[in-house]
Formats: sequence, structure tokens, C-alpha cells
Amino acid sequence: MKKSKQFFMVPYFLWIALFVVAPLLLILYQSFTDGQGHFTVRNYLTYGSSSVYLKMSLNSLWYAFLITVITLLVSYPAAYILSRLKHQQLWLLLIILPTWINLLLKAYAFIGLFSRAGAVNHFLMFIGIGPKQILFSDFSFLLVASYIEIPFMILPIYNAIVQLDPALPNASRDLGASPWQTFRLVTFPLTLSGVKAGVQAVFIPSLSLFMLTRLIGGNRVITLGTAIEEHFLTTMNWGMGSTIGVILIVMMFVIMMLTNDRKKKRREVLDDEKTTL
Amino acid sequence: MTKPIIELKGITKQYDDGFVALSKINMTIEQGKFYSLLGPSGSGKTTILRIIAGFTNATEGQVLFSGQQINQLPPNQRKVNTVFQNYALFPHLDVFDNVAFGLTLQKRPKQEVKKRVLDALKLVQLPGYANREISELSGGQQQRVAIARAIVNEPEVLLLDEPLSALDMKLRQDMQYELRELQQRLGITFIFVTHDQEEALAMSDEIFVMDNGKVLQSGTPVDIYDEPINHFVANFIGESNILPGKMLADYQVEFVGKSFECADGGMRVNEAVEVVLRPEDLDITTADQGKLVVKVDTQLFRGDHFEIIGLDADGNEWLIHSTNPVRDGKEIGLTFEPEDIHVMRFGEKEADFDARLEQYEED
Repeated sequence: MKKSKQFFMVPYFLWIALFVVAPLLLILYQSFTDGQGHFTVRNYLTYGSSSVYLKMSLNSLWYAFLITVITLLVSYPAAYILSRLKHQQLWLLLIILPTWINLLLKAYAFIGLFSRAGAVNHFLMFIGIGPKQILFSDFSFLLVASYIEIPFMILPIYNAIVQLDPALPNASRDLGASPWQTFRLVTFPLTLSGVKAGVQAVFIPSLSLFMLTRLIGGNRVITLGTAIEEHFLTTMNWGMGSTIGVILIVMMFVIMMLTNDRKKKRREVLDDEKTTL
Repeated sequence: MTKPIIELKGITKQYDDGFVALSKINMTIEQGKFYSLLGPSGSGKTTILRIIAGFTNATEGQVLFSGQQINQLPPNQRKVNTVFQNYALFPHLDVFDNVAFGLTLQKRPKQEVKKRVLDALKLVQLPGYANREISELSGGQQQRVAIARAIVNEPEVLLLDEPLSALDMKLRQDMQYELRELQQRLGITFIFVTHDQEEALAMSDEIFVMDNGKVLQSGTPVDIYDEPINHFVANFIGESNILPGKMLADYQVEFVGKSFECADGGMRVNEAVEVVLRPEDLDITTADQGKLVVKVDTQLFRGDHFEIIGLDADGNEWLIHSTNPVRDGKEIGLTFEPEDIHVMRFGEKEADFDARLEQYEED
């Protein structure tokens, strides 16, 4: 029984080894070698001493942060309303549907909408404000990036809200809390797990966005993702590209750890209890 | 008669899909008493609780609290607190913060909150549990925290929605005593929803027996047990032998083909009725001395009594409770007093039933 179970795990382990572990090791190896294949830490020194890279890193974090905040502000109310609607499955489908469409296609659709002769500028002209430069601005980059990430934020939050026992908000109202107090003291804290999952699902991929920075942001927004693409495809400096990749991965782990603190805390409490008993 | 604290007048609850959960409920709840809403699941008893608490609105009718209509008052402004079926304790807060929830919202001084929370925990016999997490508590302990969280706010009415149903038998019986004692000590009105007739009989000052969104009968536990209004109530509350009968005259009823003296009257001559005989009112005697003769079919030992099923000559089943065993297959006689026979009319309304009983008790 045990053996057969292990046997079925083989494809999974092969997959992980080939497509997760091996690439990671290769990136790590690349980041510590120079053009001739000799060991070096020069790439990391360059990264650490160059203000350009520092700025890029901060830029990445800043934009990922903005995208996450915007997505969260849209998604939490949306998920909350969704959980109260009648045809929830249909609405969910409508929210999930855009994620089935290729990212590039959606980006091009937005280019069409936002361009000088696009529908949005037509409308702006119609109401007398336009035309404006919308494409290739921070605004359009944040808007499109948030649009693309929203389903990944709504779904975990929606799940958390649906799983919340309706007796809990009722109990809060019963004990004298207003609707807003109930939300602040009960509903939101108890759906925080969904928010954290959503933040992970949005913030981490947003750190390394590069296609949108080019197509929608018009290279005005330079992030670590853009830098990696640049190093691998244009300047062919694989060592430097890998170094930034490693740093990006480290950042992601840090974010994961920051948003995963709950279980750990819980265990500490239990341990304290044991020592006091 | 003390003044009514909650009155329901003609309450009807119909859901969007047309299902009628309650139809024209009238109920008067007096201060300081222990009430039970008793009925099978789906009888509407929890809906009444939700309407009183304010979680749902009645489609029709009035809810009065101390004479004021509160139909539109949101739950946080009502002077009632609820103990939920699955306790609904906040899992992200510890025991202290759960109990302090209501007081903190009222912005009471820290010292007062602390004192009252610790007092409430003492009252439910959980001193020293203030800093425990909810997940570390057993079901019985969670139950007590839920009660503490509700009573710490000193509500005028405490609503309890099947709070004991998740507990095991022994704990449930202990909690019945504790709840009853707590209610008497605090003097708060309790409205207790249950489907367990024993629980309702043991704890209540007054019981409302419900079925299909209607109150079938209300009264003290003894009244309801001794004088059930109809087949459903007789069957639901306690065990009973229910037989078709005929009223020959006042105090004279016929069933299983024989005429018996009874204590009921006020019905038409030869009116078809149903007769209830409680199994513990049937006494076993020898076959020649019995008013009825049955043959012992099966016998179960229930610990404190024997449960005997006998068949009479017509094939009717008789349930008998006896402290002594009988021999299987033996013919035994059954005797009972005229007061042990309870006669029920078909389709009698509660008001008519009460009036008739009163009249014949005065005689």
C-alpha cells in the first residue's frame, strides 16, 4: 500500500525536480559566476552598490504595494457583496472568466481602449475633457495591473467570507455592536486569512511584472522584472539577471513569511501554556 | 400576574419562497420566568427567537418589549441577549475578550469590565479560564462561556437556542440544573428553545408546545403533561397510550369496547374522542381483578423501570411502566383511576380547551 502510494508520487517529484528545483539551482549557480564560468560575488556587489538597482528594487516593491492596495480596496467590498447575492455561482464565473484569457490579449485590448484614438478618449472628448495621454502612464499601468490581479484577490476573500459562520456576526450584533463595529471587530478579523492569501497571490507576482510595464507602462515603470528581461534578452548578462532573480525570490520568501505569521504565533501560545502548566 | 416583558401579537413569518414558518403566533412572556419553546425541528421555535432577537423580521404582526413596539429596532439596540446553538464564540478572541465584548462596546471603564467579566466567569463556574483560547475549551466549557458572554450584559431577557443539544447526556443534565438555578438567582427571563421534552419539563415555568409554525398548547409542565390538548402534544410530551373512544356522557367514556368512569366532561353525547393513558399510570394486577386484560408481548429493562408492551384481546398495544418485572406471555390485569384517563376532543382550540377544563375543575 505504502509502496504504491510512493509510486504515484513519482511524476510529481520529477516535475518539481525538473521545473522547480533545477531552475532555481541554475539561477543560483549563474548568479555566482562570471562570463568565463568562474566563481564570483561581483554580481551581488554590483547590485548592492548601484543606486540604479536599489531604485529598481524599491520601485518594484512600491508598485507591487500600490497594485495590492488598489486590488484589495476593490476586492474586499466586491467579495463581501458577492457573498450576499442570489446567483453567486454565475457572478463568480464572470469574475473568473477574464483569467482564462491570455495576459497579452488583455494588454492589447487595453492599448486599444486607452490609445489616443481609443474608446476612452472618445468618451473624454465627448464630455469635453479629452483627449488625454492615458497609455504609457503610471495610472494606466496600475489600473491594468490591478484589473488583471483582482480575481486572484476576490476568490480567497470570498471563500473566507462564505466560510464565516453567520452566527458570529449575529452574535456581535446581539451583544450590542453596530453593523460597522461588527465588521471591524468580527467579520474582518475572521476573514483575514482570505485577505492574506489574496495579498500573497497579488503582491508576489506583481513584484516581477514586466510585460505590462512595457506594453501599458511604456517602459516608464522599471521594475526588477523589466531588469531581468533586459539582462537575459538584450544585454545577455545572465549572471546579473540571475542575481536579480535570486533577490526577487528572497523578497518573495520574506513576503510569504510575513503574511504567514498566524500559525506560528498560535503555536507559541500553546507552548507558553505548556510551560506554565 | 407580573407585567409582560415581551408580547408577540399575530406574528406571521413567510419566506420569499412562500414557506410559512410561523402563522399568527400570540405569546405573552412575563418577567423573571423560565419559558420553553418546545417542538420538533422545523416547528418555527428558532424563528420566534430570531424575531425576538431582531435577526429576522416578522412578515406580519407586532413584537412588543415592555409595551413598546420594537419590530424595526436593530438587534444591537434590544435589551435581549442570545446564547447560540453552536455558541458562536469569537474564535479570534480569548475567553476574557469574548465575555467582555458587549461591555467593551458600551465603553465601560476597564476596571468595571474586568470585575464584571471575572464575576460572570465565576458564576458559570469557569474562574481562572479568562486567558484561555476558545479552541482549547471543551464543548461544556464553551457553552458556559457563551452563557457568561450573554448574562454579563445584564439583559432583561436571555434567549437560548438549543444550547444543550451538543452536549453529552450527563453534562446536559448537570447543565439543566445549573441553568435553572442561574435563572432563579439572576431573576432574568429565560426563553429556552428545545426539541427535548424532558429538558423542557424539567426546567420550565411555562412551556409553549409548537408544531408547523403554530403554538398548540401552552401551560405549566404539569398541566401539559397531564392534560395534553391533542394527539400530537400527548405523543410529543412523554409516552402515552392513545386510543379512539366515545363520550357516553359526562364522566363516562367508552374505549376498547368497555365503559369507564373518567374525570372529563363538557362534550356532546356519543362524541368521538381520543383517550390518553400514561404508561406509568397503569398498575399491574391479576387478570381477574384488572379493568383491562393484556398479554405480555415484550419487556425491556430501562434501569429505573421495566417497559412492558402488552396486547389486549382486540390487538391494541399497551405500553406499561412498572417497577417490577412480569413473565413474558402471561396474561395480566391493568387498573387505573378515573383521573388517569384523559379525554381529548378532535380539533379543539386551546382557548376552548382551557375554558372547558376550568369549568369542569370547578364542579
